[in-house]
Amino acid sequence: GISWSIVESPSSENGISHISVGVDVVWCITKDRKVWFRRGVNSHNPCGTSWIEMVGEMLMVSVGLNNQVWGVSCDDRTIYFRQGITPSELSGKTWKAIVAVRESDRSQTGSSTSLLSAGCFFTDDIQNQTNAIIQSDADTSSDTELPSVPMNLANTPPMGAEASSSGNGTGNQAAEIPVNLTVDPLDSDQGEATVALTNNEKANLEMHKSTNPDPSAELRWTNIDLKEAQKYPVLSVSTFAETSSLSSLGMFSVGAEEQQYGADEHPLWAWVSGGGCLVDLHSPLKWFTVPSGLSSSAQSLSLSITPAQTAAWRKQIFQQLSERTKRELENFRHYEQAVEQSVWVKTGTLQWWRNWKPYKWMDVRVTLEQFTGSDGMRDSILFIYYMYHEEKKYIHVFLNEVTIIVEVLNEAKHSFALYTPERTKQRWPICLAATTEQEMHDWLSLLNMSCCESRRIQGPPSHHAIWSVTCKGDIFVSEPSPELEAGPHLMQCDQMFWRQVGGHLRLIECNNRGIVWGIGYDHTAWVYTGGYGGGFIQGLASSADNIYMQTDVKCVYIYENQRWNPVTGYSSRGLPTDRYMWSDASGLQECTKLNTKPPSPQWSWVSDWYIDFNTSGGTDREGWQYAADFPASYHGHKTMKDFVRRRRWARKCKIVTNGPWLEVPSVTLWDISIIPSSDADDEEAVALWAISDKGDVLCRLGVTQQNPAGTSWLHVGTDQPFISISVGAYYQVWAIARDGSAFYRGSVSPKKPAGDCWYHIPSPQKQKLKQVSVGQTSVFVLDKNGNLWYRQGITPSYPQGSTWDHVSNNIRKMSVGPLDQVWVIADKVQGSHGLSCGTVCHRTGIQPMEPKGLSWDYGIGGGWEHITVRGNATDASRVAVQDTSEENPAVSKDLEGEEGKGKTEHSRTPLMVSESQELNRNTVNC
Amino acid sequence: MTDDKDVLRDVWFGRIPTCFTLYQDEITEREAEPYYLLLPRVSYLTLVTDKVKKHFQKVMRQEEATEIWFEYEGTPLKWHYPIGLLFDLHASNTALPWSITVHFKNFPEKDLLHCHSKDVIEAHFMACIKEADALKHKSQVINEMQKKDHKQLWMGLQNDKFEQFWAINRKLMEYPPEDSGFRYIPFRIYQATTERPFIQKLFRPIASGGQLHTLGDLLKDVCPGAIAPEDGEQKTQVMIHGIEPMLETPIQWLSEHMSYPDNFLHISIIPRPTD
Repeated sequence: GISWSIVESPSSENGISHISVGVDVVWCITKDRKVWFRRGVNSHNPCGTSWIEMVGEMLMVSVGLNNQVWGVSCDDRTIYFRQGITPSELSGKTWKAIVAVRESDRSQTGSSTSLLSAGCFFTDDIQNQTNAIIQSDADTSSDTELPSVPMNLANTPPMGAEASSSGNGTGNQAAEIPVNLTVDPLDSDQGEATVALTNNEKANLEMHKSTNPDPSAELRWTNIDLKEAQKYPVLSVSTFAETSSLSSLGMFSVGAEEQQYGADEHPLWAWVSGGGCLVDLHSPLKWFTVPSGLSSSAQSLSLSITPAQTAAWRKQIFQQLSERTKRELENFRHYEQAVEQSVWVKTGTLQWWRNWKPYKWMDVRVTLEQFTGSDGMRDSILFIYYMYHEEKKYIHVFLNEVTIIVEVLNEAKHSFALYTPERTKQRWPICLAATTEQEMHDWLSLLNMSCCESRRIQGPPSHHAIWSVTCKGDIFVSEPSPELEAGPHLMQCDQMFWRQVGGHLRLIECNNRGIVWGIGYDHTAWVYTGGYGGGFIQGLASSADNIYMQTDVKCVYIYENQRWNPVTGYSSRGLPTDRYMWSDASGLQECTKLNTKPPSPQWSWVSDWYIDFNTSGGTDREGWQYAADFPASYHGHKTMKDFVRRRRWARKCKIVTNGPWLEVPSVTLWDISIIPSSDADDEEAVALWAISDKGDVLCRLGVTQQNPAGTSWLHVGTDQPFISISVGAYYQVWAIARDGSAFYRGSVSPKKPAGDCWYHIPSPQKQKLKQVSVGQTSVFVLDKNGNLWYRQGITPSYPQGSTWDHVSNNIRKMSVGPLDQVWVIADKVQGSHGLSCGTVCHRTGIQPMEPKGLSWDYGIGGGWEHITVRGNATDASRVAVQDTSEENPAVSKDLEGEEGKGKTEHSRTPLMVSESQELNRNTVNC
Repeated sequence: MTDDKDVLRDVWFGRIPTCFTLYQDEITEREAEPYYLLLPRVSYLTLVTDKVKKHFQKVMRQEEATEIWFEYEGTPLKWHYPIGLLFDLHASNTALPWSITVHFKNFPEKDLLHCHSKDVIEAHFMACIKEADALKHKSQVINEMQKKDHKQLWMGLQNDKFEQFWAINRKLMEYPPEDSGFRYIPFRIYQATTERPFIQKLFRPIASGGQLHTLGDLLKDVCPGAIAPEDGEQKTQVMIHGIEPMLETPIQWLSEHMSYPDNFLHISIIPRPTD
């Protein structure tokens, strides 16, 4: 412009302090906080004609793209939105307060796990780090001497055995070192078994006691940070793993104690900027409506289904519509459709991880063709066109064969992997990458929708659904077929179809009545709302009302490495052969404070780098850990022999996403278990046990199908912090304490939801337990060396059982379901083309008289962290009995032949089955 | 926990198995086989019967095959009513497939509108949507939309693309958060037993006291004959999309979930079968 012209302020005594100009409007604030709207502003008369005083007092206002107005009020400093602004009524109608939640208001304690961990393939061998030491004591127990024979005869290469023996080898070397040293730098969690750490823990405990006196006399240990108990080791990413795992970073470990940020409960806003915000006139601002109870107490959060949803009229409409479809369509499906569906196509350019050496990303043209089959079924084919030695070639995938599409964490690319059963066996998915996150999400959304369409899957998951979580925190759900647990031809678990549900969680637990809870990396507890979709899944593939904003916080770690030299002491000048002076845990990747980014664009930093004093092995007062050389075992004090030192830096990052989850406020959790109950009625309360992130055992009261969030916590006293808990179908509660031993809770019943006392159960010899899972009657535990154990000898009069039976090694996590089915996350699984770490596996051959099962079946992976099968109670016993009873000897013979075990003595008659089930029922009830 | 979105799908994918037979007096060169088709309930007869027309034209002399029209048991079927409505109104409680007679001669001028091209159907369909939005949002939503959005609504219906249609129609089904429903509910009530084409009045989804109006409230208000007297037996059926929603069903919910693509609730009142 050329010159300024003066516009008089509304009142002479109070000048204008703030002004905001929109496309067609001008708003201002005077010094007395009054709000004014300029009348008559248009392109011919940009100065307008006069000021109109509006209701309300504001600190400031901000006008958005289509003249929408935002303001911060004077008295309560909340953010307001001007409602009713339309082209014909530019001044709007009323101010509406909007709830803007700061994520940081929740307590922040980051945690994470790593993708990869050293370990062996499945064998019968018990993995025992302290083996060598035991042997030197000439105290060899029979179970530690089991031969290391690979159990999965067909699939495991000799490498498996090698790996397991090398594990023992490490132990042998360890014998030379004093007992209190951590043996393997990569296996930091095993260091916990050492005396040093035990002392360290005690020291911690005392320190906490003195600095932070606990009001509760019963719970002296309340302030101990339990997260240390779950440290995961970190390993470099092998070339194999790169394609079959979800993360190439894989080094987010557990968060440490440090200052919290964001403490106020009611934020006092100072500024709002809506200048870039286009508000659709007619869409309600759903993104500002937060679930009730977020800011209030736990008791007030009720996920009750509104009366309208359960109302009879609604039920009747659903029922009548399905009857109508049956009546009008069932016998006429062969009729021609009046409207033909044309082929529909999406094309684009992506990158593909090519399937010949040298493996690398190459540009490809990708086409998705959708068509409607003669039966009205939609199906799609994905074509990938590439050049091979100047020759045009393509691969294609039928989307009805795709079992999962999963985002892969990759520093440089927005990539995702596509699996079919065949690709799962190979451990070699099709990997594609897009240039932007938005482009990837467009493809993911479309491909997911096409997969669901071709399988006719829509709406929320059923109550029987199997839930799993990847190391990226992504949530997947699969509908179990009845053939998954029983039948003449068991469905293999690489055939299972997984679809994604929005949100970010560390673990998830469910039961067979649709009650699902999850825990985030920041230990926040979430309850499932019954919705589906969320995240990148938008539009009609996502439910409208049950999706809420969700956030999570975890830590990224880097290491500062130094070497000692006689002149300057420790310095950042290493030997030429040394690792990077700033690196990842393995030392192979350079990671500086500047170049280390959050895991993906969805994450943003929420803290600065800080020194992590909670590294396992202990640190000195500056956070350093010392060792003789890289890579080695580190300890928290300098000795004469130490020439190198390192310290760990942590930085918190946060993800904001959405999904069918509502926060259960107040208490942050470490573990949960929900009773798998099959015959309870809808109104009856469901037993839900949990462990807080401090190690308290808690019992949630008032959990029903109608109100899955429950009403209040009941505290159950313990002598030490706990780390794992599980409640079986008949209220058998088992738990694992921090010292690695197991406990059984006596007399738990619906009338006495917290039981009466703990019975100590010694752990398997020389093993520290880390997880327990109780099915209908079976009790399985997992130790810190990855061994899976079955509790033998549980009888009606002795529900604690007698001994531990070894089942398998190579296990990271497990879930025992209401059919006593056993599913695990296996540490390592070798496929025909690649290796996967963190793989869903299913125990086959489990029968009433063979509760330990016979062998493993391999499903989706790697990169999986957690699975829960506790919802799947599809009554398989009847099917199983029919198929294996003498009535059908041919089939049962076939089955046994297939499994190569031929244990005929295990096939049961129906009578025997029901008898044993009766027996088991009594076990727990008395 | 079934989601309300499933209702939208069920409504959209409703199909009526239909058997088309040529009227006996039509002059053909050879005998015409009946033609079987699954008709989308939410669409219009003349929009989805190209195949039927082609089938019967093959056996007709060229000059005889003029404008096609349909009749069921003596009643000419109005193409500008959605198919589901025609079926509910005239053929509920009869055996399937629905038997429709195809005519080429003697177009019943006083009963039917001419439909010379698909453009006529489109114009009628868009007019209905606009009328409905005038009732719901004072036409604000439909007027804010671009031409291509209007086209997408029509193409979605024409090509039976649920996602395509609902991506736009969603906006027509929203209402400002400070209100608890539409201004007025776009509905039409049809009675098989009267000559009057349909009843349409202004009716708000929320009572002055704030409580939700129900389907029963609507009928009591605009068509009291449809509901049974306090003590008497229910003599009629109130049908939408081939089902009988309970009279307690909130009318706002019905309008959002069970309107036809033209955004109207087409409610049929038919005599209850006596057996």
